[in-house]
Amino acid sequence: MVDLSLATLMTQLFTGLVLGMIFVLLAVGLSLIFGLLTVVNFAHGSLYMLGAYFGFFLFGLTGNFWVSLVGAPLMVGSFGLLVERFLVRPLYGRSIDDPLLLTFGLSLVLIEAARLVWGKIGVTFDPPRELGQAVNLGFTLFPAYRLFVIGVTAAVLVALWLFLSRTDLGLVIRAGSRDPLMVQALGIDLGRIRLLVFGIGALLAGLAGVLAGPMRGVYAEMGVTVVIEAFVVVVVGGMGSLAGAVLAGLMIGEVVGLTTLVAPKLSEIMVFIVMAVVLLVRPSGLLGEAGLLE
Amino acid sequence: MDRRSFLAATAAGAAALSVPTSLRAQTREAIRVGFPLPLTGPFSALANDLQRGATLAVEEVNARGGVLGRRMEVLFRDDQLKPAVGAQRTKELIENEKVQFVVGGLAAHVQMAINEQTKKSRVLFISVSQSDEISARPDTSPLTFHEALNPTITCRAVGSWVAQNLGTRWWIVYADYAWGKQCNAVLTDVLAKHGGTLLGATPYPLGNAEFVAHLPKIQAAKPDVLLSATPGADNIAFLKQVTSFGMKKQMRIAQPLQWMPVTKEGGPDLYAGIYAGINFYWEVEETIPSARRYVAAFRQRFGTPPLDYSSYGYSGILELARGVELAKSTDSDAVATALRAHPEYDHYKGKQWWRGCDNKSFQDLWIIRGREPDKVRGEWGLLDVVNRVPADEHLDRSCAEKGLA
Repeated sequence: MVDLSLATLMTQLFTGLVLGMIFVLLAVGLSLIFGLLTVVNFAHGSLYMLGAYFGFFLFGLTGNFWVSLVGAPLMVGSFGLLVERFLVRPLYGRSIDDPLLLTFGLSLVLIEAARLVWGKIGVTFDPPRELGQAVNLGFTLFPAYRLFVIGVTAAVLVALWLFLSRTDLGLVIRAGSRDPLMVQALGIDLGRIRLLVFGIGALLAGLAGVLAGPMRGVYAEMGVTVVIEAFVVVVVGGMGSLAGAVLAGLMIGEVVGLTTLVAPKLSEIMVFIVMAVVLLVRPSGLLGEAGLLE
Repeated sequence: MDRRSFLAATAAGAAALSVPTSLRAQTREAIRVGFPLPLTGPFSALANDLQRGATLAVEEVNARGGVLGRRMEVLFRDDQLKPAVGAQRTKELIENEKVQFVVGGLAAHVQMAINEQTKKSRVLFISVSQSDEISARPDTSPLTFHEALNPTITCRAVGSWVAQNLGTRWWIVYADYAWGKQCNAVLTDVLAKHGGTLLGATPYPLGNAEFVAHLPKIQAAKPDVLLSATPGADNIAFLKQVTSFGMKKQMRIAQPLQWMPVTKEGGPDLYAGIYAGINFYWEVEETIPSARRYVAAFRQRFGTPPLDYSSYGYSGILELARGVELAKSTDSDAVATALRAHPEYDHYKGKQWWRGCDNKSFQDLWIIRGREPDKVRGEWGLLDVVNRVPADEHLDRSCAEKGLA
């Protein structure tokens, strides 16, 4: 039978946290974009993939992981600015399906482009040597790099929270996602705010990609399953709710972690069971506001 | 006939006689071979290798004068790794492009779809990737030949070697789809026969690159050997994560099947010390004459040594050409009968043969071990050959077990 000692349980709770953090990083960007722009960004997985490839590219150029870690998200963020300005912007005010179709198409284009540029087989790059070891946590050995990923994600989330809650720009973004019409009536150029938010969302996806590269490998389809999981997290948390995305990401990470311990075959399905149950009880998600999608 | 036209006629005749046979073959209608394969999608790198092998084979056939004095022509078509597309392309190849034979396929489920079409049109099909069903009831047919290894053979051969040489306390991680499930079942069976202990088996969804939730449990169980049936890009993610947990130092890792393009992508640091099975590794040219000739020809044509799938494509096309020569006909039934009547061949890695009852090719395979990074020879010299597993019909299910007795 399953060995349910305290150490095993602790280990699995901890892996759940690790998994959840990656879910959170992806979902926060998606949620941010949806909250302000009402755009369901299907290209998010491809931006994640681009982050990993840009990370590999910069690593090849400089041989320095830290340059990749900072540079790749900035490159993806800049690319996000271009996407918003030239592709998404003309579609504001139309039905929610139009930007969805556009970003879906864009994701296919990006996958094929990555194959053209970097070849049909994937590439790899390694975490820095000092993070390549396993660390003894008392109850288990754990890869140092995974701990580093938790740290980076937590730091980014805190920074994002401070930005949104303590700065004037953050105030405008929050107001814009509540009532865009009123914000515009107050004389604020929402177009520039949308541009910025799409850029930040893309940057977060790129960061997730460059962080995932050394753990999961870098290949053109790497964003395909990931974007689905991220969408589930956003939906469970409540479309457009950042706190919801964090809560849901961690919750789903723990559910997957614990299910793996008792019934590995069910762990994948559990993600969707959680979504179904949450939506039955709270149709707009854990912390979502009703009416955003209508 | 006046003098002028006489001179013109003799000149033309002389010219025709002096044309090399390879060109003369082109003047008659070519033998056309359809070749569906997934040129786009996640297996596209493997498909490229497969295409290179087939290309070299058809060039060699035509350079020596074609088949029955006719040029051979291979029509590659993208099946997108989708059964429906594979079926459609095959149907078009047979009905519109009038191919006489079909070789190809690079995934079990697409092969089945291709095979449905070739069976319907009574066209000979040589399948060149792994599958158990393709040579068993109800899928197989007298016109369906299977050139590649299959999960049963691969996992029995590698499993037995691992049990005898690396230890008998195992944990198996396998992709939860046809190939992975078959391999898991075979490995479990092999381990029981060797009196070993299966500490656990972990299925995961194919294409999922995150294994972190599974690994602590495996690490705590302390197996002698971790067996991994994790294809394609999953393989790199799996090994990276296993390594990051320090498990590479705590247990042996063995993979029933390893792919050369994936090995190169992951790099020698990742693959050093990992045991695996493989259908062909170019360094066996040191001991096998046909491999030496094949590797040299391939290098000359493409500048790199041939890989695992190149070799299946190469052998598949050459075997078809041999069958047509033997049968002196392009009739599918005649070619199939001729191949069964003269089952032995050796195109690139030593003797192979067709088993008459299921048209399955039997062939050697190799156990390899990832070379340490400082011992790697050039771009593709990534592996050490540890053992040669000779071709053996007992490694596959018997024809009775396949419903073909």
